[in-house]
Amino acid sequence: MAEPARWTVRVFVPPVARRGEAIEVRALVGHAMETGFRHDHLGAIVPRDIITVFSCRHAGEEVFRVELSPSIAANPFFSFPARAMESGDFVFSWIDGDGRAQEARAPIVVA
Amino acid sequence: MAETLPRRALVAAGLAAAMAPLPRESGATPAEARDLLQRLAPGAAREGRVALRIEAIVDNGAQVPLVVSVESPMTEADHVRALHVVADGNPAPGVASFAFTPRAGRCEVSMRLRLARSQRVVALAEMSDGSLWTASREVTVTVGGCSA
Repeated sequence: MAEPARWTVRVFVPPVARRGEAIEVRALVGHAMETGFRHDHLGAIVPRDIITVFSCRHAGEEVFRVELSPSIAANPFFSFPARAMESGDFVFSWIDGDGRAQEARAPIVVA
Repeated sequence: MAETLPRRALVAAGLAAAMAPLPRESGATPAEARDLLQRLAPGAAREGRVALRIEAIVDNGAQVPLVVSVESPMTEADHVRALHVVADGNPAPGVASFAFTPRAGRCEVSMRLRLARSQRVVALAEMSDGSLWTASREVTVTVGGCSA
């Protein structure tokens, strides 16, 4: 199983929504997204260290998933729509290339 | 005078270092970007239904906002299944691959890219009926975002 990471994450969903409404979801993770293309001051390549997968689940289904590359800027941010289906949590998950993972939750009330 | 000389030398050395060409990774080519898209989503793509919002001239290639949207009702019968973004001049052309379901409600995603130099950013959408739609934008980058 993936070992836990300690990245700073910020997630946002509107606190209240109508059932079926496509709301705007935003998620940010503090991560350098080291490309693996840079050299340090001695000329050695700085090893790649990136988040490879970000996904979001709501009401028992995956609603959004992205596979990231080094071309994604540091501190990866995504904003995307999702239908609010039921009161409960949006569950966010980030995984890096070494299998470290982190989860975050944001509650929503569906009227 | 004796004090300022070393400083001048330092400033000059610094300037020289700053102006020296950066060790350049061989960037991807448009052909490599096309090959990658063919691997991700084989078939012939038509222009349309996909829109890219990105600045035409970018000051800082390290953080480039991009919004991609696809015209789709996002119903069970007709939705966007996947969306791929590539940048044909970065060291590796792949940027991101997104998976969508009807539960998205609409298809629009915003993100921030790195762009190593001036190049073309391409988005390709795979629909639930198997059709492929694409759009691209040429972006001029003043300061690259990958090697710094």
